[in-house]
Amino acid sequence: MSTTGDAIVIGGGIHGCSTALHLALRGLKPILIEKDHAGRHASGVNAGGVRQLARHLDEVPLSVASMELWERIADLVGDDCGFKSEGQVLVAETEAELEGFRDRVDELRLRGFTQEELIGRAELKRLVPAVSDTCPGGIVSRRDGAAEPFRTTQAFRRKAVALGAKVLEGITVTGLARNGSTWRISTSAGTSYEAPVVVNAAGAWAGRIAAMLGEPVPLEVIAPMLMITSRMPLFISPVVILRGRKLSFKQFANGTALIGGGHLGRADLDSNRTELDLAKLAESARTVWELFPIMRQATIVRAWAGIEARMPDDIPVIGPSATSEGIYHQFGFSAHGFQLGPGVGALMAELIATGSTNLPIAPFSITRFGSSR
Amino acid sequence: MTGAAALDDKVDVAVIGAGPAGLAAGALSARAGLATVVLDENPAPGGQIYRAITTTPVQRKEILGTDYWHGRELVRELESSGARLATGATVWSISRDLEVAVSHGGRAHLLHARRIVIATGALERPFPVPGWTLPGVMTAGGAQTLLKSSGLVPEGRVVLAGTGPLLWLLAAQLLRAGGAITAILDTTPRQNYVRALRHAPAFVLSPYLIKGLRMMAEVRRKVRVISGVTRLEAVGEGKLKEIIFATGNGAAARMAADLLLLHQGVVPNVNLAMSIGIVHRWDGLQLCWVPEIDRHGNSSVPDIAIAGDGAGIGGAVAAAERGRLAAIAAVRALAPAAVSGLPAEQAVMQALAKAEAGRAFLDTLYQPSADFRIPAGDDTIVCRCEEVTAGQIRANVALGCEGPNQMKSFLRCGMGPCQGRLCGLTVTETIAAARGVSPAQVGYYRLRPPVKPIPLAEVAAMPQPESAVKAVVRR
Repeated sequence: MSTTGDAIVIGGGIHGCSTALHLALRGLKPILIEKDHAGRHASGVNAGGVRQLARHLDEVPLSVASMELWERIADLVGDDCGFKSEGQVLVAETEAELEGFRDRVDELRLRGFTQEELIGRAELKRLVPAVSDTCPGGIVSRRDGAAEPFRTTQAFRRKAVALGAKVLEGITVTGLARNGSTWRISTSAGTSYEAPVVVNAAGAWAGRIAAMLGEPVPLEVIAPMLMITSRMPLFISPVVILRGRKLSFKQFANGTALIGGGHLGRADLDSNRTELDLAKLAESARTVWELFPIMRQATIVRAWAGIEARMPDDIPVIGPSATSEGIYHQFGFSAHGFQLGPGVGALMAELIATGSTNLPIAPFSITRFGSSR
Repeated sequence: MTGAAALDDKVDVAVIGAGPAGLAAGALSARAGLATVVLDENPAPGGQIYRAITTTPVQRKEILGTDYWHGRELVRELESSGARLATGATVWSISRDLEVAVSHGGRAHLLHARRIVIATGALERPFPVPGWTLPGVMTAGGAQTLLKSSGLVPEGRVVLAGTGPLLWLLAAQLLRAGGAITAILDTTPRQNYVRALRHAPAFVLSPYLIKGLRMMAEVRRKVRVISGVTRLEAVGEGKLKEIIFATGNGAAARMAADLLLLHQGVVPNVNLAMSIGIVHRWDGLQLCWVPEIDRHGNSSVPDIAIAGDGAGIGGAVAAAERGRLAAIAAVRALAPAAVSGLPAEQAVMQALAKAEAGRAFLDTLYQPSADFRIPAGDDTIVCRCEEVTAGQIRANVALGCEGPNQMKSFLRCGMGPCQGRLCGLTVTETIAAARGVSPAQVGYYRLRPPVKPIPLAEVAAMPQPESAVKAVVRR
C-alpha cells in the first residue's frame, strides 16, 4: 500500500521545503522525502547570504521576486529567520574592475532593474570603513542582507508541516516508476508513495534522481568551503563580496566573521563527508588578509564545506522534465541558491498548480543540456 | 633533535602527541629507521601525565611520585632513537590522504606522512554543577598542570571534589609539595563499590592496587574526606565563596572555600580523530566515545592508528605499550625487514594486558554519577564558550531538536573555540536523557578543522603548493 499525495518533493533543503510550503499554501497535500534531515547539507550550512547583487542576468527576475518574500518572511513562515537587511557590497579591487561594474549596472537599468547602485571610493569607505584603501569603489544592493540558513530551512519545513505537508526524514528515494497517471516512489524504508507530480529538489543528489528518470544532467558535485573566526570587534555591517577573486565576507552580531566565496573542498555523496582543501583555504585567508587589514589579528576556529550541485553554466535547472510527464526539476543552484529558495518554491508551486508562471524560467530549462545526452 | 627548526615536508611516520603513547611510538618507529616526527603543542614533551617532565621546577622526586619520573625514560628512549621531536607544534588538521597541517614557530606547515599515529590522549570529563564556571573553580588537572610546570601550590582554603584516581593523586602531590587541603568531597556513588566487587580479583593483580591504597591512606591522614557526596554547588558573587553539598539523601551543608578543584575522570580527546570521520562508538562503561580500532590501534581510516588514552582510557603504562604496538604495525607496513630488530609483539601485548588488568574495576568504581554528568537544574551552564544552559538544551529537545548538530545550529553550543571539548559529552548525555534514548543514538558533534584555533595570518602565509604557484606564474 502506498501513501498518496498531490505531489512528492524529493529533498529537504530550502528549495524542497519552500516548494512544499507553497504547495500546501495552495491547498495541495505534498509529501517531502529527505534522506537525512531538513537543512542537513548546503541549505543548512551555507553563508546565509540573501543577495540580489551580482547575479546572472537570467536569475535577476527570480531573485527580485524572491526578495519580496524575504522582506515578509516572518509573515510567510512564522519566524524572521534571522534575516537582517544591511546591504551587500561588491567591492572593485581595481579601476578596470570598477569600469566593468559600471557597464553591468547600466545593463540592469536598461532591463528595468534598479537594485544595484554603482558607488565610488567615498561611499564604499562609508559603508565598509575597514576595506583596504586601494579599492576604488563598487556596487551596493541596499536591500540585500543575510539570514540564518539552518533556522530558515527549518522554519519553511515547520510551516509546511503546519499547513498539512508530510515531511519524511531519514528515508532515501530508491526508485521512481510511472503507474498510469501517477508516479510511484519507492524508498530505502521499504515504503512507497504515489502522486501525479514529483519535484526533484535533491541538491547534490539531484543528478541521481534525474538519472533514475533516464534524463541525465551534467551536474557536478561541489563542496564550497567556509571558515569562521573567533570574535572580533564589530567593524562591518554589510556582506562584502568580490568577483575577481573569490570572497564573500560577513560579520555576525556576536563578532565572529564568516569567510566564504566558493573555494571548493571535496565531497563524497555516499558518506555525506566533505574534506577541505587547505591550499584553497589559504588563498581565501590571503584575500581577507589583503582586503581587511583588521582581520590580520583574527583567529580561525572552524572551517567546513557543504555539499551542493553545480551546473556547467552556473545557473540552476528549474521547470518541467523534458522527458517525463509530471516531473519537475529544481536543483543545480551552483552555490547561490539560498536567496532564491522562497521565490523559486513559490513559482514552482504556481507552475504545478496552474501549469504556468509569469516569471521567465526558459533559460533554466533542462533541455539546454540536450546535446550532452 | 628539538626546537623550532623547519619541519620536513615528508616523513614516514607522523606521531601526534608526545605523551606516553606518542613518545613510545615515535621511539620504536625511528629505531626501525623510519623518518619519524613527534608533534606536540606543549613547550616540552610528556603529555598530561608526564607534563614538563624535562623542565619541571619540582625536583624533589617524592612530590610528583616515582610513576611521574618514569616519563623521563620514555623521553630518553625517544631522544636516542633519531626521531624528530617538535614541541610547540599544534596539529590543527589532518586529512585522509595523510596531510598533516601544523602550526609551528609562528607558521603553518603542511607535511605528508605515510602513516599517522594519533596519540592525543585524554581530557578531563566535564563536571557541570551549578557554579562550575565561577572564578575560583577549576579542574584538578588544571591545578596539576600548574604544579608540574611551574611548581605552583594553591593557597587558601582548597577543596577537591569528585571521583577517580587522579583526584587522589593530585591531593597527595599537593600535600607533599607543602600545600593544605581543607576537604575532599568524594562523589563516588556508594553503589559503585558493590558493582566493582566482581572485578576485584583482576584488580588485585594490578600494580595500581597497593599504590592506590597507600596514596589514599596518606591523604586521609591529613585531609577530611567526606564520602557519598550526591550534590555539589559552587556559590559566590563574581568568585567562589562557598560550596553547598549533601551526602546521600541528607540535608545541604555549606563549606567556605577559596578554590574548588573538580575532577571526575578523564575521557579520550577525540576531536582530531573525529574530524576526519574515524568511526567511534559509545562506551557504556567509560561513558565516552572511543574509536573503533584493532589490536594494533588501526582505525577505520587506512594508515591512521590511534594509541594511548585517545583510544580508550587505559592509563600511562598501557598507553606506552599501545604506542609501541602502533609503531610495530607502522614498521611492518613501511619497512618489514626492520621488524625483527624491535621488541617482540607478543611481549608488548603481554605487558599491555598486565597494565590493563583491573581497568574494569577502576572504570566501574569510579564511574561518575548521572547527577554530576547531566545537570538536573535548568540554569546550569553546559557550553561555557557560548553560555548555553541545560534548560535551553532540554527546551530545544522538546521542540524536536534531536541531536548535538541541530543543537549547534539553534543554540551555538559547541561552536566556540573549544569545539565542544568542554561540553560535548554533557550535551550528548543531556539530549539522550531528555529523549529517553541511548547516547549512541544521539551521536556527537560533527567536528571541523581546525581542531585548534589558528591565526588567519598563518593560514594566509601558508606555503602554496606547486600547482598554485604555477597557475599564478602563467597568468
